[in-house]
Amino acid sequence: MPHALATPDSYLTDFRTFETNLPDEGPDWIREVRQQALARFRELGFPTARRGNEKWKYTNVGPIADATFSYPFDAGAEVSLSDIRSVAPWDDGWATVVFVNGRYSPALSTIVALDGVQVTNLEEAVRADGDVIERHLARHATYEDDGFTALNTAFLRDGAFVHVPEGESLQSPLHLIFVTAEGAEPGVSYPRTLIVAGARSELTVIESYVSLSSSRYLTDAVTEIVVGDGAQVEHYKLLLESEGAFHVAVSRVHQGEDSVFSSTFYARGAAIARNDIQVLLDAPGSSCTLNGLYMTSGSQHIDNYINIEHAKPHGTSRLFYKGILDGESKAVFGGTVLVRPGADKTDAHQEDKNLLLSEKAEVASKPSLEIYADDVKCGHGATAGTIAEDAIFYMRSRGLDLETATAFLIKGFASGILDKVRVQPLRAFLEKLTTKALWGSRFGQAS
Amino acid sequence: MSARAGNHKGPLLEVRDLHAGVAEVEILKGLDLTVNLGEVHAIMGPNGSGKSTLANVLAGKPEYKVTAGEVIYEGSNLLKLTPDRRALDGIFLAFQYPVELPGVREREFMKTALDAIREHRGLEKLSVREFNKLFQEKIAQMEMSPDLVKRSVNEGFSGGEKKRNEILQLAVLEPKLALLDETDSGLDIDALKIVADGVNKLRGPSRAIVIVTHYQRILDYIKPDFVHVLIDGRIVRSGGPELALELEAKGYEWIKEAVESGERLSV
Ligand SMILES: Nc1ncnc2c1ncn2[C@@H]1O[C@H](COP(=O)(O)OP(=O)(O)OP(=O)(O)O)[C@@H](O)[C@H]1O
Ligand SMILES: [Mg+2]
Repeated sequence: MPHALATPDSYLTDFRTFETNLPDEGPDWIREVRQQALARFRELGFPTARRGNEKWKYTNVGPIADATFSYPFDAGAEVSLSDIRSVAPWDDGWATVVFVNGRYSPALSTIVALDGVQVTNLEEAVRADGDVIERHLARHATYEDDGFTALNTAFLRDGAFVHVPEGESLQSPLHLIFVTAEGAEPGVSYPRTLIVAGARSELTVIESYVSLSSSRYLTDAVTEIVVGDGAQVEHYKLLLESEGAFHVAVSRVHQGEDSVFSSTFYARGAAIARNDIQVLLDAPGSSCTLNGLYMTSGSQHIDNYINIEHAKPHGTSRLFYKGILDGESKAVFGGTVLVRPGADKTDAHQEDKNLLLSEKAEVASKPSLEIYADDVKCGHGATAGTIAEDAIFYMRSRGLDLETATAFLIKGFASGILDKVRVQPLRAFLEKLTTKALWGSRFGQAS
Repeated sequence: MSARAGNHKGPLLEVRDLHAGVAEVEILKGLDLTVNLGEVHAIMGPNGSGKSTLANVLAGKPEYKVTAGEVIYEGSNLLKLTPDRRALDGIFLAFQYPVELPGVREREFMKTALDAIREHRGLEKLSVREFNKLFQEKIAQMEMSPDLVKRSVNEGFSGGEKKRNEILQLAVLEPKLALLDETDSGLDIDALKIVADGVNKLRGPSRAIVIVTHYQRILDYIKPDFVHVLIDGRIVRSGGPELALELEAKGYEWIKEAVESGERLSV
């Protein structure tokens, strides 16, 4: 009954081609990491939703495993800045690093005055073989137990490397854009990001996954974020893939003492999307806030799998996700807040709220808590509701038509998350996008 | 569009033998009421007699089904119109229990509503600047804290703040027929006076006001032309302002008894 999916040969063939074409320079350890990761992928294959696999209980990756994605993914695709600006948020004051179909594009990237902060393509950073890279790359996002991470690591080459040295801070946001352009055939890209924020440093970073394509493709992304002692990192991730795309992403965050990490996840696109975030509060006094807004329609499926691990005392975590589900779409919210022995005085709260716009939309929301420490304050909740008829009548009694009233209420629901976006141009972009998405899916009109 | 409205000569509102309720339960059992422009009517009656049901049926709340009778507004059938169309045509209900709208800002909500209403009346939309000026004036008139309207509509408002906010909306939207469902309940004495002033400012020959209340107190401030007693889904007695004083002094029992014996007699 439980059928272990075979590792498609195409990935192994692709790997051989990939490896042969890699430039010769660079340290040996990265070669080993790639090979070990590939070996692990051969053993693990893609995950199955078989019994006992809590990690993938509600998401069937069959459509991903059964498809063939070519690699390299049309590296010659022509993309202009105005193409990108039509789908991604933009501000001239932001430093921007662009990757097209997984490959770094120096021509499209604008890295302006970076206050002593290092931002480079990962490939170059690895070649330079810095100590920071070796200490952190593939150390936080472990591939031993995760097929997608293993695959990404096997194909590790391009990506973003951001290093904010101790005490430094980046004044304006850094924008990492991973854009998928129309390819000749369905392709796969392996975006990789490593962010290391040194002690007492500050950084705001936006990771945007956008698409200029309407076809089917796979994004298998891995992000590692190290937040040093007393550092503050504000992280945004935008999942704006095409409606036919598959997006599987893993984010691993490691927090030092008294560090502050905040993340906002915004998802709109993709046929199947997986948002796997794991935050390890590995030193006393650290705090994290994870906000999220996902909007699905049609037959989209999104799986949020979010784990927060309190390993040391006096940690605080706040998780607040909201979903707006239309059509026959499905959303999953899973994961655990784990409070390890000794992580006393932990203060943790997680909440997932869903608004169902259609009778056929479905949500499986199962936040959970595991507490092994004393004197902790923990809570969690999950709700799924429909549009409040009383509120609709109230608004209509003031002269708003049904569609406008509905749109107001949905926007109001989303504002609980969007109001917390502190980067103003980004918030404006997301508000507009939310309205547009709503009118597109609900009312079939331009906004 | 609403050209007929201007030409219409008869009563603003005529409710004739109205029967309405929810599912199998009849709540309004043959109610009659006529309201002309320029008039102020008070409707009083015991708890559960159907006052809010009447107000909600007039505003078009979908859960109430009309089973018999008719409602004529400006000479045509009101009951076939959607709630928003009724609002555009000039009906406004100040809710007994105003609804919270999480994440919806009062200013944006009111601007959108006023735009729709003005468009329907064939008037230009107000510019953002003009609207803000108007809105500011009304907030000041209602002596409301400007911070209050920066929050989500009614969310976390006190009972009195919610009622005051209803009258703020009334003042902004300037309807033809204002239905105030127990707007006075839960207001302190100062707030009652502010709310009454707000309503009185709207009093005039081109408007009618129907006030549902349990208390004579608000009628000291907003003098009604007519007072009606609604018991068990029907208006059983109508009179002038003195009827409210009589009810205040004697309660409803005497009317109920009079009605029952009257009915027995008429059998
Ligand atoms: N939606 C509903 N579903 C079921 N019963 C209802 C509904 N609305 C009203 N009723 C019932 O109809 C009757 C009249 O209710 P209504 O709210 O109109 O009374 P009211 O005169 O406004 O009372 P009060 O003075 O307490 O506000 C009550 O018995 C009430 O329980
Ligand atoms: Mg009532």
